[in-house]
Order: sequence, then C-alpha cells, then structure tokens
Amino acid sequence: MKNNNPHISVKTIILALSLCLCFSIFSFAQSPDSVNIHPPILTLVGDSTLDIDEGRTLVVAVSAIDLDGTVPVLTAEHLMDSVIFVDSLNGQGSLVFSPGFEQEGDYTVRIIASDGVLADTVTVAIAVNDITVFRTYRLSVLVFMLIFSGAVLLYTRWARQGKKLFVRRIPGIDAVEEAVGRATEMGKPVLFIPGISDIDDIETIAGLAILGRVARITAQYETPLYVPVRYPMILAAGQEVVEQAYLEVGRHDTYDRDTVRYVAGEQFAFTATVNGMMMRDKPAANIYMGAFFAESLLLAETGNAAGSIQIAGTARPEQLPFFIAACDYTLMGEELYAASSYLSHEPLLLGGLKGQDFVKVIIVAVIILGVILMSFDAGEWLKNLFVVP
Amino acid sequence: MVVSFFFNPDRTFIGRAQDVVLQWVTIVSGFTLVLGVFSIVRVNGRAVTRRSEDWPFKLATVVSVFAMAIPAMLPVSANTTFGRVFYSIFPQSWSSMFGTGTGSIYDWLFNYLDSPMMETMFAMLAFYIASAAYRAFRARSADATLLLLTAIIVMLWRVPMGEAFLRLFGESIPDYLNMFIMNGFNVAVQRGIIIGAALGAASMSLRVMLGIERTYMGKG
Repeated sequence: MKNNNPHISVKTIILALSLCLCFSIFSFAQSPDSVNIHPPILTLVGDSTLDIDEGRTLVVAVSAIDLDGTVPVLTAEHLMDSVIFVDSLNGQGSLVFSPGFEQEGDYTVRIIASDGVLADTVTVAIAVNDITVFRTYRLSVLVFMLIFSGAVLLYTRWARQGKKLFVRRIPGIDAVEEAVGRATEMGKPVLFIPGISDIDDIETIAGLAILGRVARITAQYETPLYVPVRYPMILAAGQEVVEQAYLEVGRHDTYDRDTVRYVAGEQFAFTATVNGMMMRDKPAANIYMGAFFAESLLLAETGNAAGSIQIAGTARPEQLPFFIAACDYTLMGEELYAASSYLSHEPLLLGGLKGQDFVKVIIVAVIILGVILMSFDAGEWLKNLFVVP
Repeated sequence: MVVSFFFNPDRTFIGRAQDVVLQWVTIVSGFTLVLGVFSIVRVNGRAVTRRSEDWPFKLATVVSVFAMAIPAMLPVSANTTFGRVFYSIFPQSWSSMFGTGTGSIYDWLFNYLDSPMMETMFAMLAFYIASAAYRAFRARSADATLLLLTAIIVMLWRVPMGEAFLRLFGESIPDYLNMFIMNGFNVAVQRGIIIGAALGAASMSLRVMLGIERTYMGKG
C-alpha cells in the first residue's frame, strides 16, 4: 500500500538534513586530517652511513617536504655528547657532530620530520674512528709552518752574513723618536699603553718590545714615561723591560718603578683612569701599541683633546679606522710587529721581516691561483688544503 | 704548544700538554693579581700620604679596591673553620652581606656602581664617534672626498629612515650597498689586513720562540 503521509516525508527530510549537518560539522572539525593526508618526506643529503675521525666535525644535512603544504618540524633522538641538531624551520635541518678524543665507537641517530599528525624518520649511522698518534689531517699546517720558518731563518742567516736587506720606511715608527723629542722640549711626559690584552696575546708582546725601544729614548732624554697597564702580568713584564732599558743607557738612577703601574682590571675602568691621566697630566705624546677594543676611540679622542701627538698601532682591523681618524700616525697590522725590528735597526731582526714578506708573496700567488681555479669550478682541492679541522 | 697541535691528546702526553700548560698559566696569573693590588696601593697611597693634587680621589681608589674585595672574601656561613671563628665574633645575620651572591655588598656595588659606570663609558663612545667623524670626514683631497661620500652612503643605509629614503630610488639599493661596499670592498680590505697581521704575528712568534727577539723580557 502506498504511504501518502506527507508528515513522514517531512520528518525524513528533516532527519536527513540533520544527519548531513552533523556530518558536515564533524568533517569540518576533523579538517586537519582531511588536509594532512600525506606524511612528510624526509631525505638525507648524502649517505646514511658515515664515518669521521676523532677531533673533526661532521655536518649531516636533512631536508623534509610535505605535499600537504605544511612545514615539517624536525627533531632528533638518541643524541650523544658533542652533537647538536638544528631545525632551520623551513624544512631544512642539520646535525653537527664534533666527537672528542674519547668518543671512538659506533653511534646511531634518528631524525624525525613531523607535521603534527604524521611523521617520517631517517636513521643515520656514524662511526667515529680512533685516530693515530699524529693528526695527519693537519699536515698542511705543518708544511706551511716549515715553509714559513725556512724563509724567515734563511733571510735571517743572510742578514747575519752582512747582506743588505731593504725595508721600506714606515712613517709611524719614524715619528716615535720625534714624538719623544717633542715631549722633552715641552717638559711633558710620554704616555705609552701596550694594549689592554694579556701577555698571552702576541700583540701585547709586540707592544712590550716597542716599549723597550721607547724607554731607551725616554731614558736618554730624561723624559718622564707613564705606562698604565690592565693586567698584573704586563705590570711585571713592563717593569722589567723599562728597567733594563734604563740600565742599558746608563740612567738607572732616574728609573722609577712606578713608571709602569697597574690601574684597573676592567676595560672601561682602565679607560676612565687613563683618560683622567691624559686630561690632568697632558702628556705631549701618546703611544698606543698593542691590542685594543671598544675603548680605542675613547682613548684617542681624549688624547686629541689633551693636545698630544698620537701614534697608534694595532692588528685589529675593526679598531684601525678609529685610530686612523683620531691619531697622527697609525701602524696597521703587520707594521706593529715590524716596529720593534725597525726601531732596533738590527740586521738579524730585519731579516725576519724579509722572510715574512717572501711568504706573503707566496700567499698572494696562491690567492690569485685560487681565484682563477674557483672561477672555472676546479679549485675545491686547493680550498681544502687550507681548511684546518 | 705548537707540537701538541699535531698530536692526539688521547694517545700522547704531548697532545695533552696544551691543556696542562694553560692550567699552569691560570694558576700563575692568579698570583700576579697580588702584584696588581700592591701597585695600586703603593702608587695611590704615596699620593695620599703626601697630600698630592687630587689626593681624595686616590684615597677613594684605594678604599674602593678593598671595599669590594674584602666583603667578597668573607665567609657566607659557619660551615668552614674560618666561618666558625668569624661568626663567633660577628652576628650570623650578617652572612647575607658577604660573598658574591645576590644581595651581598659585592653584588650591590657591582650592580649599582660598577656596571652603570662602565655602561656610561661605553655609551659615551657614540659621542666620541660623532666628534671623530666630524673631524675626519673632510673633503681635503680626492681620497678624503671618496671616504666622505662612502661614509655618508653607509651611514644613511644603516639607519631605518635612511634605508627607507634610499629605497625611494630603488628597492634593491640597500642590498647592493650591503653587497658591494660592506661585503665587497670592506671585507676585502679587512682580509688583506688580517692576512698581513697574521703573518706578522707568526713571524714575531717565531722570533720570540727562537730567542731572536728578547726585548719584551727586558733583554736587548
């Protein structure tokens, strides 16, 4: 019998619509699932089985993409000591492993790429090899050292044999004696700062060597010399240097132990003290030779305001512009290390300078060769020679 | 130290020598701090006793050295022998003032005197840079004019307003400035100086190790 009851039809329709609505809401609520239907695809750049020597660094790059358009989150498990994993937040990541000398053995790291619901993993097996007694991967450094040492010793030997070696004039170093002479005429002291780094910095050693030369000149002219230092080790070394200089010119009676004085251990406390010395004592000549940092301009500008002639020398390229702007003469980089030899006029020391210049020529030639080879994409072997792990 | 660079520290004593020597250096450096304190006290103390010019400031220097050092060295508890003796004389409630922990005299002096003064000195650097730039950037010669123009362009690029102004002339002008001036000329010259300085340092080190250069030790 045909059912012609319209109410049942309306109810059915309403029930069907309700079910459709519920299904739609349910589907909407579950939309991430409907978006994330593809798991991320994680790939390793390179082999999954790697080996590395102790003391070296291994970088493993991974890349993950998700066809659903999300950026997968990368994490790593079973990380051992000396390992860091970095997720660059763009689907790229890198594992950096620098095994120490006690980490010989086999390791396994699991890298996971996840979009919040689905994930992909890659397992990397790393074997750390125990190296032998001698680190052969640093052989290139040894070869370079031998070439460098050989050149310096050869030129030193030639200098000892009386061969004339030309060294170009460095105006900044020539001005040191002139500056001390100016201070003597004005009856004002000379201020010398051997840098603000400790004695383990070669720039400080260079500064102390120049201090010895300057102290000889001030001892001869009987010009007061002030040497404020930041570290007690420099205090001890500086006092020895200055005392010896006064002894050598026969003026030990005028030597004052407090010529070299420890002022402060903090960088800006040292700077404030030296600035105060400059403004009160108004030295006629300020000589800055050594390692300087942020205080370089503070010192140089204050010295300029005090009316001093200023000669600076540092091997820090970031401080050179400040010294060039504020000082009368500036020794740049290698000129600082050459100053002591230059002031001594000893052929033996000048021979060392010539040897250094010879090696510089070799380096420039290698740079030019490297530029040409890299332009033709054939210079990787040359670049690797100069990479020291 | 040079030789230890090439040997495996796990297998050879000479490979470990670098760490051992560095420990010795740290220990010896600690003893030389005493020399520094003696120097400060002697130089400033002499000025105070003679009532030289500005002697109150020199007295303040000496007082400051001990005002920070002594409270930091006093015991913070009665757990040690010295602590037991000290706190048998002084009240235990004073323990929070000593040592270097939060709330101690040392901590207060560092946070409220030392740090602000250092930060002030560092902040003054900006004004010194302006003063030095005003003096140095003059169009006296062709080189100086080139320096002046380059400085103007780089200074414009470094501030947000300047960068926005440069972008009026082209969206990629700041990027070109970064590429050609900062990462091009600037880096090239710095690398040249660094190479020269590194060779000079190596040469100086060699002269020092071989005993050719002895002036730094006080020997001619």
